[in-house]
Amino acid sequence: MQGGATGCDAAAVAMGAWLSMVGHEEEWPMQLPPVDSRVMAKKARIVARLREVLPADAVIDDPAETRAYECDALSAYRCPPLCAVLPASTAEVAGVLRVCHEEGVPVVPRGAGTSLAGGAMPTADSVILGVAKMSRVLEIDYDNRFVRVETGRTNLSVTGAVEAEGFFYAPDPSSQLACAIAGNIAMNSGGAHCLKYGVTTNNLLGVTLVMMDGTVAEIGGAHMDAGGLDLLSVICGSEGQLGVVTEATLRILPKPEGARPVLIGYDSAEVAGQCVADIIRSGILPVAIEYMDRPCIEATEAFAHAGYPMCEALLIVEVEGSPAEIDAQLARIKTIAQALNPVELREAKNGDEAARIWLGRKSAFGAMGQIADYMCLDGTIPVSQLPFVLRRIGEMSAEYGLKVGNVFHAGDGNMHPLILYDANKTGDLERCEAFGAAILKLCVEVGGCLTGEHGVGIEKRDLMGVQFAAADLEAQMAIKDVFDPAWLLNPAKVFPLEVSATRRAAAGGPAPRTPRGI
Amino acid sequence: MRPQSETELADMIRAAKGPLAVVGGGTRGVALEGEPLSTAALSGVVLYEPAALTLVVRAGTPLRDVEETLARSGQRLAFEPMDHRRLIGTKGEPTMGGVIAANVSGPRRVQVGAARDFLLGARFVDGVGNVIKSGGRVMKNVTGLDVARLMAGAHGTLGVLTEVSLKVLPDVEKAATLVLRGLDPARAVAVMAKALGSPWEVTGAAHDPEAGETCLRIEGFAASVDYRAARIAAHLSAFGAAEIESGGDRWRDIRDGAGLAGRDGDLWRLSVKPSDGPTVVARAGGMVRAARYDWGGGLIWLLTDRGADLRGAIGVFDGHATLMRAEPATYAAFGRFQPETATVAALTRGLRARFDPRGILNKGLMG
Repeated sequence: MQGGATGCDAAAVAMGAWLSMVGHEEEWPMQLPPVDSRVMAKKARIVARLREVLPADAVIDDPAETRAYECDALSAYRCPPLCAVLPASTAEVAGVLRVCHEEGVPVVPRGAGTSLAGGAMPTADSVILGVAKMSRVLEIDYDNRFVRVETGRTNLSVTGAVEAEGFFYAPDPSSQLACAIAGNIAMNSGGAHCLKYGVTTNNLLGVTLVMMDGTVAEIGGAHMDAGGLDLLSVICGSEGQLGVVTEATLRILPKPEGARPVLIGYDSAEVAGQCVADIIRSGILPVAIEYMDRPCIEATEAFAHAGYPMCEALLIVEVEGSPAEIDAQLARIKTIAQALNPVELREAKNGDEAARIWLGRKSAFGAMGQIADYMCLDGTIPVSQLPFVLRRIGEMSAEYGLKVGNVFHAGDGNMHPLILYDANKTGDLERCEAFGAAILKLCVEVGGCLTGEHGVGIEKRDLMGVQFAAADLEAQMAIKDVFDPAWLLNPAKVFPLEVSATRRAAAGGPAPRTPRGI
Repeated sequence: MRPQSETELADMIRAAKGPLAVVGGGTRGVALEGEPLSTAALSGVVLYEPAALTLVVRAGTPLRDVEETLARSGQRLAFEPMDHRRLIGTKGEPTMGGVIAANVSGPRRVQVGAARDFLLGARFVDGVGNVIKSGGRVMKNVTGLDVARLMAGAHGTLGVLTEVSLKVLPDVEKAATLVLRGLDPARAVAVMAKALGSPWEVTGAAHDPEAGETCLRIEGFAASVDYRAARIAAHLSAFGAAEIESGGDRWRDIRDGAGLAGRDGDLWRLSVKPSDGPTVVARAGGMVRAARYDWGGGLIWLLTDRGADLRGAIGVFDGHATLMRAEPATYAAFGRFQPETATVAALTRGLRARFDPRGILNKGLMG
């Protein structure tokens, strides 16, 4: 599809594009549904109706201003929306959705716009619904260990609201300073510490969900399990396709007494993988196990000077507890690590040393960005497949002629291969995209998945068929049919367009009622 | 019906002319209209990778086999599924599929999460006969809607599970229990909240009003357990002295509701905001014959007079009450599950109509 047909700038490229690609003038490669001309024709009426349910300054329709919402953190894909709205309450969200439902206008919900998968990217005929104005803490209950917040609140500021009493909110995506709980719920966000604490779905107790027709549903609460069907399980991770979550009840946990990392370097990926396996087999459950390979270590050292050893594989293993408990666990880990002949084994003796161990890991993405443009993948694999997958990625790197650095959460198999390329070099980008797709297919082949924590969005939408059969996708779409029969919520995402075509064609009208399956 | 394979199960469902009553181990004593459909032959471990903390089993695999398999590698199901047989008075073998279908968890749920939190993926056959997979076998997976987790707690009404993939965890070196005595339910819930809000990782918090015992469990490496038990005892000293026990069957009995087993009356399971527990029970008034609190007060087992309208007595609360053992007339009068709000009920109906348009899977079980 050409850029003109989508109403969007042909700013960039195919799957897995990023910041540095902006301005790369090519044909728009990612298909978007045809713009609904009926919607475009009645823009003025839609905006006027939205202004009836919102304060005037909460409806943004000036093309210069709507550009602020044309993309999320996958910024190569850009498309200004029809307009953007910033409701300040659940009632206002319901009002907006009711209007859009009546007018047959697609709505793209937006948290803080930090999605790496294009989850909040608009289409030209859509209304962006941002929850940024809704950031209040509604209730803190330490006895029952939960906090209820409006979902525009940032992830880190949820912890900020409870840490004085010694509590924290566990999921910690690396964008946690900026990302909103709304987006965390939409994408079922993870983080570095989920081996022990789980991801968003494991820490979400209840939501206020506004559905596309404006109906408000209270689902879950301060109790611990569902009384009927576990609707939270599909709402969390639904990428804004089932409803808009305006309030959330989140589990908070008491902070551990302390945490301390150890750094372990090895000469081969196989041995590092063995070390991770041996630690887990020993009965220790570290709170984090992070992995970096040589290209990543080299880039990081040049950038952050963390004092890392130059080796093939570096592990950072962190445990929690009292000082004595930490000593005891690290002693076990060191014994396991020593048996595999590490080139380096360094334990943090104090907070400064701990910070230095983490410094390189936390700088890794920035460091890679210093040496080249990169594409960050997010596939997850069974941890037993780590050495094989790393070796295959190395071989493919030679085949495609592009370097790749690996930095990832080894404890849970969530990889983040960073493919390096030069955006100004003809053909590099296309090779990079092909390489990225090949890695994701490899992840699925060895028993893993396309995305561990970033989400499908628009970026991985067209690879869904690699992981799922038609019946699997049909079951997922059947759930959307129930929550959003008109297919107006974020309809261009997650499902390959040809797979969702019939349903989207009915947008604005009744849901298709064709029987599923046989 | 006793399908030997997933394909055969799909054929049977496709060919079914009437309701099917899906049975795992049959240990929860659910009696339903329709032809029994047993998953018992869909049994066996498909994959077990201890170093990846991953187990994939067929749905009919007995829970006992799963636990033995894990124990041989020093691992366990951290969510500690309860065994309903004693409490409900049933026979049979709990199956892994049944545990997931009913989202069955035990005391450790309060700290590590429920069965649904350990589910990494599932395969199932829907009410039309489609074979569907969702999730996978890896810890982090946000690829598409989490249909597998929706199956956890759907009690077989959206599909029949054929295979489940689970995160498992290391077993522990030592477990100890702090026992405080003489607390009333309100004080007991307060002391459990204080312990659960501490950094010392309490993995069980239960109260038995009849015995006047409040129990807190600590697990882990031996030295760590000793350290944390002492810290918690000191932390809770305002509530009285805590006796520290190790070993014994106490947590198995709490998990399985042993104290209410074999006693006359209807049996209810309440899920509440923990601090509401004692007042919710008080609202039920004289119909209550006995109560047990788990999950720091968030899970309550109530033994009531036969045929009593518990939900009517306690009114609106943050949570739900499930009828777990009663005469058919009582089930008919009140329903097994708490009625849902109109909005949620409409979603439930919609999902059921999509996954089981003929309404043949466990008909009438969930409304």
